[in-house]
Amino acid sequence: MRLLSATLAIAWKDVRLEVRSRDTVVSALIFGLIVVVVFNFGLNRSPGSLAPVAPGLLWVAYGFVGVLAMNRAFARELEQGALDGLLAAPVSRDAVFLGKMFGTLSFMLVIEAVLLPVFAVMLDLPTLSPVLGLIILLATIGFATVGTFFAAIAAQTRSREILLPVLFFPVIVPVIIAAVEATDLVLQGGPMLAVWTRWLPLLVVFDALFLVICPWIFGYVFEG
Amino acid sequence: MLTAALTIVDGYLIFVVAPTDQVLGHIQRIFYIHVPISILSFLGFLVCAVAGIGYLIRRGEMWDRVAHASAEVGVVFVTLALITGVIWARPVWGVWWTWEPRLTTTLILWLIYVAYLMIRHYAPTPQQGRAWSAVVGIIGFVDVPIVYYSVQWWRSIHPVQVIGPEAADDALEPIMARILVFSLIAVLALFTYLLLERVALRGAEDAVSAIRRQGNYE
Repeated sequence: MRLLSATLAIAWKDVRLEVRSRDTVVSALIFGLIVVVVFNFGLNRSPGSLAPVAPGLLWVAYGFVGVLAMNRAFARELEQGALDGLLAAPVSRDAVFLGKMFGTLSFMLVIEAVLLPVFAVMLDLPTLSPVLGLIILLATIGFATVGTFFAAIAAQTRSREILLPVLFFPVIVPVIIAAVEATDLVLQGGPMLAVWTRWLPLLVVFDALFLVICPWIFGYVFEG
Repeated sequence: MLTAALTIVDGYLIFVVAPTDQVLGHIQRIFYIHVPISILSFLGFLVCAVAGIGYLIRRGEMWDRVAHASAEVGVVFVTLALITGVIWARPVWGVWWTWEPRLTTTLILWLIYVAYLMIRHYAPTPQQGRAWSAVVGIIGFVDVPIVYYSVQWWRSIHPVQVIGPEAADDALEPIMARILVFSLIAVLALFTYLLLERVALRGAEDAVSAIRRQGNYE
């Protein structure tokens, strides 16, 4: 109970900060749009639809935007020694981790929800279904868990902007693969068996595993 | 000494004793190096993860030295495995690189452990570097099996375009198998030698920096 209230308090603090300043969400939205525009020049060699590569493009954009949001989540804590205050608070490290993780998760879900219809128009996506929402939710939980963990490490170094993606993307490869494949199957509207028997379980297993491991070893991130 | 002797004998076996492969030709000899170093790089990362857990629990400097040394040797071995793989793939498969599950997993493995070495370098204090890299080593080791299965599933949906390295295994002559086992032992000796030397060197490095710190205070 204490864990839950402390977690929610930390997440709520981040959400309120963001609602007042709006700097992360707005810049992340614009950046997500720019990713699609730039990829359009890289991939769209003949005039026509980008629909065949849309799932990959969608998740590459979500990944980049996510890294941006995660970097901000911890960079903000470094200003004026806020991180020391957070760590000195009489709550467990699990609550700190889960609080930051839920904060990041909510930003990312908002950004993704706004970007999705924009992408649907620009990339000419055929259908939007509730299953797609489930895929996005599960994949984003994986992103936010691993990303928050590595952002806590990267934020304490000199080169946090480069270190986070270098740590984050190789580890997150299974989530990207599962999300892209599942999104592809959903958008094609064909047989959904592989989504239910393969890709969604993979996402669930990944999320569950890292939701156990990351809080467990999170305390070691703040040594020295 | 033993390592040097084993390595030289291994070289003799590979280049003189081993029969030339009927289908693949001389290039097949790279197999005797490629397979053992791939296997032993996995051993390196296993040692790294175990030593990382040991460090987080017991806090001995020795645990950290072993973890660091095994990660470094592991990265060197994976790099060599990737390079020999690319050299072998070109004449046999007709391409330098293909997104086959094992290759892809190995490349991601390489990326994770390069990040492991980077994190040590970027950590503000040595103590942070030790704890952070132990944590990254554990996450990396948990992640690799998931990467492997996801890449395999990913590939199984798309058309498979190449024959995996299994093709060579099927056609393995008894003499070839014996030389492979000998190579494995020789590379294991090399691995152990490099690991021990690197651990000793890390100990010396730590001693030097301790002396230097002491000098600064005086």
